[in-house]
Amino acid sequence: MSEFKMPSLGADMESAVLMEWKVKEGDHVTKGQVIAEVETSKGVIEIEVFETGVVEKILVEEETECAVGTPLALIASEGEGREEAVAEAAAEPEKVPPQPEPPSKEEPLKPEPQEEERPAAEPAERVKASPAARRKARELGVDLAALAAGSDRGIQLDAVEAAAETAAKAPEADGMRQAIARAMSRSNAEIPHYYLSTSVNMTPALAWLAALNAKRSIKERILPAALLIRAVVKALEAVPELNGFWQEERHSISKTVNPGIAIALRKGGLITPALLSAETMNLDETMHSLDDLITRTRSGRLRGSEMTQQTVTITNLGDLGVERVYGVIYPPQVAIVGLGRIIDAPWAEGDALSVRKVMQATIAGDHRATDGRTGALFLERLDHFLQNPQELL
Amino acid sequence: MSEKMTYREAVRLGISEAMEKDERVFMMGEDVGRYGGCYAVSMGLQEQFGPQRIIDTPLSESAFTGAGVGAALNGMRPIVEIMTVNFSLLALDQIMNNAATLLHMSGGQFNVPLVIRMATGGGKQLAAQHSHSLEGWFAHIPGLKVLTPATVQDARDMIGLALADPDPVLIFENALLYNAKGELDTAAAPLPIGKALVHREGKDLTILAYGINLFKALEAAETLSKEGIEAEVIDLRSLRPLDDAAIMASLRKTHRVMVVDEGWKSGSISAEIMARINEQAFFELDAPMGRVCSMEVPIPYAKHLEDAVIPQPDKIVAMARRLMEAI
Amino acid sequence: MELDITLAREFYRQMLLIRRFEEKCVELYSNQKIRGFLHLYIGEEAIATGVMQALGADDSVLSTYREHGHALARGIPAKRIMAEMYGKVEGCSRGRGGSMHLFDAETRFYGGSAIVGGGLPLAIGMALADKMMKRDRVTVAFFGDGAVAEGAFHESMNLAALWQLPVLFVCENNRYAMGTALELTESETNLANKAAAYKIVSRQVDGMDVVAVAEAAEEAIAEVRAAKRPLFLECLTYRFRAHSMFDAELYREKTEVAEWKQKDPLAVLKMRAETAGLWAQLNADELEEEVSAIVDEAVAFAENGTLESLSDLEKFVYSEEAAQ
Repeated sequence: MSEFKMPSLGADMESAVLMEWKVKEGDHVTKGQVIAEVETSKGVIEIEVFETGVVEKILVEEETECAVGTPLALIASEGEGREEAVAEAAAEPEKVPPQPEPPSKEEPLKPEPQEEERPAAEPAERVKASPAARRKARELGVDLAALAAGSDRGIQLDAVEAAAETAAKAPEADGMRQAIARAMSRSNAEIPHYYLSTSVNMTPALAWLAALNAKRSIKERILPAALLIRAVVKALEAVPELNGFWQEERHSISKTVNPGIAIALRKGGLITPALLSAETMNLDETMHSLDDLITRTRSGRLRGSEMTQQTVTITNLGDLGVERVYGVIYPPQVAIVGLGRIIDAPWAEGDALSVRKVMQATIAGDHRATDGRTGALFLERLDHFLQNPQELL
Repeated sequence: MSEKMTYREAVRLGISEAMEKDERVFMMGEDVGRYGGCYAVSMGLQEQFGPQRIIDTPLSESAFTGAGVGAALNGMRPIVEIMTVNFSLLALDQIMNNAATLLHMSGGQFNVPLVIRMATGGGKQLAAQHSHSLEGWFAHIPGLKVLTPATVQDARDMIGLALADPDPVLIFENALLYNAKGELDTAAAPLPIGKALVHREGKDLTILAYGINLFKALEAAETLSKEGIEAEVIDLRSLRPLDDAAIMASLRKTHRVMVVDEGWKSGSISAEIMARINEQAFFELDAPMGRVCSMEVPIPYAKHLEDAVIPQPDKIVAMARRLMEAI
Repeated sequence: MELDITLAREFYRQMLLIRRFEEKCVELYSNQKIRGFLHLYIGEEAIATGVMQALGADDSVLSTYREHGHALARGIPAKRIMAEMYGKVEGCSRGRGGSMHLFDAETRFYGGSAIVGGGLPLAIGMALADKMMKRDRVTVAFFGDGAVAEGAFHESMNLAALWQLPVLFVCENNRYAMGTALELTESETNLANKAAAYKIVSRQVDGMDVVAVAEAAEEAIAEVRAAKRPLFLECLTYRFRAHSMFDAELYREKTEVAEWKQKDPLAVLKMRAETAGLWAQLNADELEEEVSAIVDEAVAFAENGTLESLSDLEKFVYSEEAAQ
């Protein structure tokens, strides 16, 4: 006893309509005989039986749609009795449509695990981080190497952001702190610093600035910080040796002046993005660029170049009431300018003593690149410009 | 043993050396014999080897390319010259459905040691049907090898390499290179198929190129050097197989990369290379990858238009600057 | 050709094997044991049988996607063909080819090609190599009437004639290119005339009569071998089955099929054997049993065959020896 099933005539055939039986129950059929017609998507096709015997039972009426593999009739082989065949068929469990044969046990149809394509050993100093993470780390001053320590997974953006958050909460343990720690230790270990300082009478400059701002709308006003930066830049143009790098035992002077401006972040931490090509800016442009830089720093929208192309650093802790700042040079830079708080102080001019607005300006220089004399020249020029602020316009 | 010669002479030398060494080698194609080759590559070879081994065929790319497959199946080492890549489309069925499949389809029984040479590339004001760069297309097909000799050395060496290979090898010769002169070291062992070659060392960015664009990339690298940007220029030499190892090694040094490819941008070999870099060296990147490809228009006739469509040194320079300025 | 009992028995057995093998394929396909496309040769068995017996072991054969008959008649074991249909590693193409791509180095069977006319340029190249190597081989290329419309056919005819290559072109003209009748596609329906236009010696033969085919093929192959030039043999035939399994045959009348079935090659041979007084001696029933056993054995062999390990999937894209 066997089932005559809806044949599969193509991989794209799922079902067909049994249109017409060419035989009836009890008919004798021979192998290869056409016993039915089915309507497929391609038209009516005659289907044949694959064994010789008797049609015991027709299971599907004409004009019925059947899936491939559906039993259409029962065929009893020669000599098999009808009743027993039908009984046998009735006892048979319901048949499921044939499935493609399963793969044999010893041949698991699973791709062999491919050996992951790994680049050859990476240089040790290259941290594995996504480009997004790398960019964010630069913006927030997060030290990737510290983040990567002890993890063999690449650093992703969220890890950098989380590190910056933590930094705000726990100043000791954050990546930025560690980055600073590393840079500063290296600086102290490698750079022979010299330190110079001078007192600058700021009264003329501030008075000049007040007069200038009086004629301007609030939006156009110049802050003392911009004036100071402009003065530092002008002084560096006069003494370019302090604006450059010490790299591979060589001192090079940068054509552009990109002072790194120390900016405190709202959630803690400090970064020093560069005011790029400051030597090309007049006072108004300096003010405008500084404003823009501070805004973008605090909203995390710094450009990569602003985080990497500083040629000198200006640190100004005056807002914290500190009178004198001796900075530690950020390698490979060769100088850091420190501007303290402007205070009312006794000031001697000729024979007269009066109270003036006084600021302590300092320079820390890399003694490998320049000598104290260069630093002294710079401070002299800085003072000159602050005494003649019209030259800073 | 080094001598100066043109790329054309180098290809010819490669063919004649192979024919002297192995009697199974023969060449057939349109006008390769009496005419001396459309690009004069086979000039004089028919006199030297006779019309039985340098065979002029009718204009029937399908039949003579297929005949190359058949002859390779049956013990010969044929070189089929298809006049230009544009006509290879008439033989695409034979290349793709026979040459590339027979070994696999026969369960490893029948390999096809066939070499197909053709001229490729634009830049000669030949307009839209005669300026294709389809080598990247062919590099899509498993079973084929795709070589793109740029130098005089490779123009000669790759003929021998391709003939020594047991499988079908396509050689794409940029027609503008035929007159280029260069040094040929006849004593040096050829660099194998599938190895890229660093032509210029650099630390700032990697420029991957092949064929004629190697020279455009080198020219761009000179310009960049004056600006303080040191580009590493690599000749891919082979588009299938690609030398992933060399590409990634250079990237680990420079962390910036661009591909120069005369194919149209969409779905080009440059896209494949960028995808592989993404798969294998993502964390080495310091900037987005760049590419200079052909603009997506049929190649126009007018010179200024054509020049604007295909890669040029100034476009390479501009792209390099962009990569350097990116984060 | 004098039909003796040995020949008659061999022809009958061969044609019967092709017939029964393919009938089994229909069943296996219906039950999804075989997949892909299945193109049946039933009705055309006389051609493969008559041509192959005229070939030497060193000659080469290129075929089409309707090639089970060619493969069997060339001597590829039925079980290896069946295993190929099952996609098993024991198949003649290691399961890489299936029904349309049977290959066998031992019998110089260069495969079925699924691109109509695509194998003809290969035959040109095979024969060119033989000519260059001064071998005595003949290359036989089988193709259908549909291929005659392809550019590759015309290019190949021209080259074979131009270069005087030892190729026997066997055109199995079964009158339909899939579902399109010859007279709807060709201005000249006498295909031998087309080949003759290329200055190729061309003949027509009744493709339903194995003895006629065998005679024509022997003569043709001897001529090609001796004169070293191509010959075109058009065998007029008919397929009794649809183009492939999934074909409702909307393009031809049942009466036409019935008419051609009157010329069934098995019946034609039976008649010839009866005329020669050989039929009883031929013992067709015994041959049925023998063939049936071969087919059953082939199915069992294929069923028990192994599936190639996926770790070997990427093999045979390039030659092992090229691995550097």
